[in-house]
Amino acid sequence: MSLPLLDIRGLAVTIPTRDGERTAVSNVDFSVQRGEVVGLVGESGSGKSLSMLAVMGLLPRHFGISGSIRFDGEEICGASERRLRALRGKRIAMVFQDPMTALNPVKTIGTQIVEMVRLHNPGLSRRELRAKALSLLEAVAIPAPERRFDQYPHEFSGGMRQRVVIAIAIANDPDLLIADEPTTALDVTIQAQIVEIFARLREERGMAIVLITHDLGLVAGLADRMSVLYAGRVTERGPVEPLFATPRHPYTASLLAAVPSIDDVSERLHAIPGTPPSLADRPPGCPFEPRCGFAVSACRMSEPDLLRFDRSVVACHRAGELSLATLMQEPA
Amino acid sequence: MLKVVVQRLFVMPFLLLGIVTATFLLAQFTKGNPLVSIIGARNLDNPEIVAAAKARWGLDGSVPERYAVYVWNLVHGDLGTSFRTKQPVLTDLLQRLPATLELVICAMIVGTIGGIVLAIISAEFRNTFADHLARLIALTGSCLPVFWLGLIALFLFSVQMKLLPGPGRLDIRAVAPPTVTGFMLIDTLLARDGSAFLDALRHLVLPSLVLGWSVVGIIARMVRASMLDVLGQDYITMARAKGAGRLRVLIHHALANALIPALTILGFTFAYLITGSVLVETIFSWPGIGSYAVDAARSLDYPAITGVTIIGGLGFLIANLLTDIAYAAADPRMREAG
Repeated sequence: MSLPLLDIRGLAVTIPTRDGERTAVSNVDFSVQRGEVVGLVGESGSGKSLSMLAVMGLLPRHFGISGSIRFDGEEICGASERRLRALRGKRIAMVFQDPMTALNPVKTIGTQIVEMVRLHNPGLSRRELRAKALSLLEAVAIPAPERRFDQYPHEFSGGMRQRVVIAIAIANDPDLLIADEPTTALDVTIQAQIVEIFARLREERGMAIVLITHDLGLVAGLADRMSVLYAGRVTERGPVEPLFATPRHPYTASLLAAVPSIDDVSERLHAIPGTPPSLADRPPGCPFEPRCGFAVSACRMSEPDLLRFDRSVVACHRAGELSLATLMQEPA
Repeated sequence: MLKVVVQRLFVMPFLLLGIVTATFLLAQFTKGNPLVSIIGARNLDNPEIVAAAKARWGLDGSVPERYAVYVWNLVHGDLGTSFRTKQPVLTDLLQRLPATLELVICAMIVGTIGGIVLAIISAEFRNTFADHLARLIALTGSCLPVFWLGLIALFLFSVQMKLLPGPGRLDIRAVAPPTVTGFMLIDTLLARDGSAFLDALRHLVLPSLVLGWSVVGIIARMVRASMLDVLGQDYITMARAKGAGRLRVLIHHALANALIPALTILGFTFAYLITGSVLVETIFSWPGIGSYAVDAARSLDYPAITGVTIIGGLGFLIANLLTDIAYAAADPRMREAG
């Protein structure tokens, strides 16, 4: 395997609070190959977005970050703001979750796209910038780009705004696109169109994409590999297909079981009981233990290490003995 | 937007009438006799002189009669005659308004720039030493009384260091340029008198700084609050994710949004300063509306007092209207609404 485009090792993010430091992300390993789509899956607060903001160097200054983040072989964890600025928008770009708030309300769409191009191509003329922006609007299938160019965000629908956000993100043909829940705030029909745009971007431009989501359907449709995060830790990681077929971590299995299915005859949705632990009261053992139906005493004692099984890596004491595929068939 | 402006313009005369009525009544019920300043205290014992003066200055009718006459005249552009200067109040006001406006505009520039710069520093370095220092500077201006600050400033910079000139709009030995606009900076330029222009500018420095500093506090506080709000928005993170520099994010993205809610306070502050410059004008012998108002109040010069009040009220109404228009200019979402 060649050198990964993005290689995160032992990433930890701590948030200072009134009662001392809280660990929001710990010991996260994560890598993305060129042209690969990797899903980063987990519930709200599992540390998905924090990890990726750490890659962009966009975490608030008072957050503590440790570990290694290598981008294209270069260590960028703790790199200078100047260096990071050169990467942001140029080689690593980001698509935000909520298109209603990601665009500056007092600037025209055109201005906001042009800004992205100009920041990294200072020599371009006004006409060139405009032409480039128009071609980007076309690339994300926005009708009548000439007219749209001078409009403000409030004149766009949610789906159209998300296209603009994507157009901005891909303006400089980045190597890596980080999409933070890119479809969560959209209608289902619009979601499908956005997914299609991502699929095309990957096809045509060979862009590597990190897909932060809790939508497993999105991962199944787009991603090659996925990492499941729980309470700031990686619980399971591997290629999408085997992971969907035979999940080895009870949490992954529960997530998969929670996806409603047309074939499912039972009327109740499968829900995972309980909530993720808050940052303040982490249990000493496996963080998923209180919600896990398979927990044994060992799970309360120590945190499981990541172990390799076939092509996946799993952090579960019982990963070797459980057969979880059945969980998805039986209503819990 | 046009609809809002037309609505405002339509309501304006009625608001003004309310202001006029209130001021007129207040002035009527004030204890004290305006005749003292018209004919002097000694002549009060002479019934003939008193009767003649009352008839001459329209003080002999009943309150409703006098009110009706006043409003009638007002509608025809006559604000009455000042008891003290014996000139039409409108003439007095028009003579003095430019001096006040010149001072207030300069003070607003000082206050706005100072307030915004301090707010940006505060918001960017929130809860650090820089934030505390910036807030202290802003608050100090609001806390210190301007008359004291004015005196100290005059003493330090004019008397002690001799850096800046003393009170007044021009050096007493200088020949004032012919009055065209009443704005000394503009009139000296129109007269192509460079040295007089510089002199006028130097005379403006201290009163503008003192008056401007007094409003830095409220402007900085408002802008800081809305900056902090804006800095937490997704589009700010997005701007940074584009690779924009910190200053660009602050000014281009954050300030452009943060100023919208602050516009209200800017408009209000401007209107407030038109009448609120009284003390600074007095300290700096500034021949503006403020010092005129003080003299009018001292001699119970009703027409002049009411005139100043109308100017003040009009100032607020116009500032409000301008604020609405500025809103539309700053916020594209407002342009279509209303």
